[in-house]
Amino acid sequence: MNERVAPSVIEGRTPFSRSEGRAVTISSVSAGYGDRAAISDITLDLARGSLTAIFGPNGGGKSTLLKCIAGLMKPWSGTIEVLGAAVGVHAARVAYVPQAEQVDWSFPIAVDEVVAMGRTPRIGPLGRAGAADRAAVAEALERVDMAGLADRQIGELSGGQRRRVFIARAIAADAEIYLLDEPVTGVDPVTQEKIMNILDAEAARGKTVVATTHDLACAAQRFHDVVALSGRVVAHGPAQLVLDREVLEKTYGGHLVPLADGGVVLLDDPHHSHGAHEGHE
Amino acid sequence: MSPADFLLEPLAYDFFVRALVASALVGVACAVVGSFVVLKGMSFIGDAVSHAAFPGIVIAYMLGLPVILGGAVAAIGTALGIGALTRRSGLRADSIIGVLFAGMFALGVALFSSIPNYVGDLFHFLFGDVLGISVSDMIALSVLVVALLLVIRALWKELLFATFDPLGAGAAGLPVRRLDDLLLILIAVTIVISLQAVGIVLVVAMITTPAATAQMLVKRFGQMILVAALIGVTAAVAGLYLSYALDLASGAAIVLFETALFLVVLLVTSLRGRRAA
Repeated sequence: MNERVAPSVIEGRTPFSRSEGRAVTISSVSAGYGDRAAISDITLDLARGSLTAIFGPNGGGKSTLLKCIAGLMKPWSGTIEVLGAAVGVHAARVAYVPQAEQVDWSFPIAVDEVVAMGRTPRIGPLGRAGAADRAAVAEALERVDMAGLADRQIGELSGGQRRRVFIARAIAADAEIYLLDEPVTGVDPVTQEKIMNILDAEAARGKTVVATTHDLACAAQRFHDVVALSGRVVAHGPAQLVLDREVLEKTYGGHLVPLADGGVVLLDDPHHSHGAHEGHE
Repeated sequence: MSPADFLLEPLAYDFFVRALVASALVGVACAVVGSFVVLKGMSFIGDAVSHAAFPGIVIAYMLGLPVILGGAVAAIGTALGIGALTRRSGLRADSIIGVLFAGMFALGVALFSSIPNYVGDLFHFLFGDVLGISVSDMIALSVLVVALLLVIRALWKELLFATFDPLGAGAAGLPVRRLDDLLLILIAVTIVISLQAVGIVLVVAMITTPAATAQMLVKRFGQMILVAALIGVTAAVAGLYLSYALDLASGAAIVLFETALFLVVLLVTSLRGRRAA
């Protein structure tokens, strides 16, 4: 269950037979908003226990793809299986961490209350949290090193701490699949390192972790696999195997500037870039 | 007159005791539902739904049906209509609310103006008349408030999850849309049962103000609901005594007390720096 599957798809080819060992199986999925397609004909398998970064330009469909897997958006066409069944069947085993901008941080809610939300589907309506639920919350907070701040209002936390709280919620839910929208955007490198260590540890104990990111360096260095997404899947596999200049050019189009040493500089969109990211060949 | 006399004297009147109980119940219901309303940024919906109840009340009155029932149908219909139209029309929610709010109220006013004889009872729904509440109305109110609180207690976790993080809740399999609709229905019911106490024009304050005041004072959602409910009850009691002592309209007195408390808390918390423990 912990085994990772090496380069699975490059340019849409699927070298392995598609089996039930997959956490997520996406077949020919297209989706978008209004009549504008954000993703087209996506075919992608994500192995159990994999740690995958979805990267690509703004408007490349990263969040759309994540939302389709989460069951928050219905694909126009194609099918998605999560843990061997249609999206939604195993929803209680799927945890979604929204982008930081989509959360109201002035909400009067304490850290442990947020983490306890992860138990909601398990407890079910009418039920109330019991000892096992409280233990799960405490353990999850321990795992992300936030136990000392359980009573804080979430708005009092730093950006990195806030994300760790949401990851703790996924842990408390005992989810199999963690879907994170931009978990390392807008945090400093030390914080990013902390978050990635947690996600790495979760993948090591068999959780399937999928995160969108604008940070190509982080995607390449800290994730097992990357998905280069620009409306379509440009490449999927370990960064060192699939990331090359051609893939980056296809993914980012005209936003690459070649350097004299043969490397390229990626000019990311102005809304999210914190200085240009570098991608060396 | 000693303070004890001031507090005890009005209790000799049955109508005052009934009004006290009714206002306190309404205060709790409004504050609890209001906590969700404030955090979802839905105060304007509360205002729209209360005004939308008016044509329902007038129609029920004209047909000789229970006016509360007419108000409830119109309020719930409008609340769900706002939800559905917002999802389907592609217009912003506040545009839809603005249109339905004014349109429904205009319908109420038009029908109201077409009634030839004296319609004093209907005026009570505009500004509230809790001192005139009957025993049977008070019993009905109590039953509805208890039912409302039981529903919220039963689905507390789900409502909180869907309010705080609709995406996370949806991914975890919670029926976020149905919970939204449930909340709209709870808002509509709360408003309708509050109309006799504070009236159409002021009920939105009973929903918004205690919850907004509580939000400035607490760090936990569990605390917010308790503090909001406490404020709701306190304001109901204090407002009624004010109304009795100064001969003011009861609904207005309650709302003014809540507003004053809100301003005091706003002032104190902004002076101290928000949430500095």
